[in-house]
Amino acid sequence: MDSVSTRVSIKAYERPPKGSQPPSFYEPYRATIKRAPLNPLIVRPHTLSEITGPIFGHEKVGEKDNDLTCQHAGEPIGERIIVSGRVLDSNGRSVPNTLIEIWQANSAGRYRHIKEQHPAPLDPNFTGAGRTLADEHGRYRFITIKPGAYPWFNHYNAWRPAHIHFSVFGTAFISRLVTQMYFPGDPLFDYDPIFQSIPDERARQRLISKFDLETTQPQWAKGFKFDIVLRGPEATPFET
Amino acid sequence: MKPDIDLVPTPSQTVGPFFAIELTADEHCVKCVAGPQAKGERVSITFRVLDADRAPVDDAMLEIWQADANGKYNHSDDLQPKQLDPGWIGFGRVATGEDGSCVLETVRPGGVNHVTLHAPHLTVAVYARGMLKQLYTRVYFSGDAANDEDPILQLIPLDRRDTLMAQPDPARPGHWRFDVKLQGDRETVFFDV
Repeated sequence: MDSVSTRVSIKAYERPPKGSQPPSFYEPYRATIKRAPLNPLIVRPHTLSEITGPIFGHEKVGEKDNDLTCQHAGEPIGERIIVSGRVLDSNGRSVPNTLIEIWQANSAGRYRHIKEQHPAPLDPNFTGAGRTLADEHGRYRFITIKPGAYPWFNHYNAWRPAHIHFSVFGTAFISRLVTQMYFPGDPLFDYDPIFQSIPDERARQRLISKFDLETTQPQWAKGFKFDIVLRGPEATPFET
Repeated sequence: MKPDIDLVPTPSQTVGPFFAIELTADEHCVKCVAGPQAKGERVSITFRVLDADRAPVDDAMLEIWQADANGKYNHSDDLQPKQLDPGWIGFGRVATGEDGSCVLETVRPGGVNHVTLHAPHLTVAVYARGMLKQLYTRVYFSGDAANDEDPILQLIPLDRRDTLMAQPDPARPGHWRFDVKLQGDRETVFFDV
């Protein structure tokens, strides 16, 4: 058989530039020490199993699921904010109709979770979880409350900068991203090993949302912009 | 680094300890990959996630992506000339409990033709507090004749390949076990993909 004719042209996905992603092992973040593999990862070509991925959760998104301030009888306490942006890939193309999930602490820095130990009040009007689908241009929007800083036990007097957790699917199982969005000017950045684990300073800064007057609504809520870039296909499909 | 920093993929950050508020809450948790109508041999896989000391990791999340019983993915980039099992999605998402384990119900996937035949496998992404980014691994089925020819297994040193083999539970037909050892002796093989 002509071996060339059996070859399949598939998309390969771009690999993130060196230093733009955190390592698995990062000693200042203590919990990585016993949870990071010490063997080198096996580098290998992409196959159908990674360049495909689920279209998940579309039927699970309710109309109001992107508004975390209206999930209970009353309004949650705190600073109302609008977080919006675009999901795009590393070629600059929009990633439409993909599921975005968020979760966060309340304005006092307390998560609604059974293992949470921070002695700050729970807000009966705030769960801290939301989801939405990006529109056909990859745009999304959440209404929520600005989370408080959160104390943890990583080191003496450790406080996480205020953050919102984001989970985004994209088009392939390897474009899947779980990350955290931060707020501009947080004095805790310099002390936070999770934020500092990203070696490249410019890449790290991209996790900080930007205050945005255009999406700010008078007398109602401040706007913050946060664009999310997922790994995209390499410019030209290659023969494998 | 790309000249245009705005097009560098957003850095990953840990899923943290509280992801269950959203990701594995109620209907967002998908313990059953294959619906009751799915074709194929039904299997359940008990995963256990363990750290360097072999302590159970009780705050991990596993996401699973797999082909149907015929080896076809539900995705427009799967150009194999095969019919997708109607209704097949192929995605699972489960959180570990106090003993570091979780159970996934599914059907045994078929082999995937991509240049050569890939032995039946599940792709697994592991997330946890203490993991700054997800780790990718594969679950193969021990004893499957196609494993010997699998092009990905062949890239792995012989003495580490068995870390990717789910083992049948001799007491319970159709039940398999797979340990994810994040670090240390017999550390699971993870991929840079």
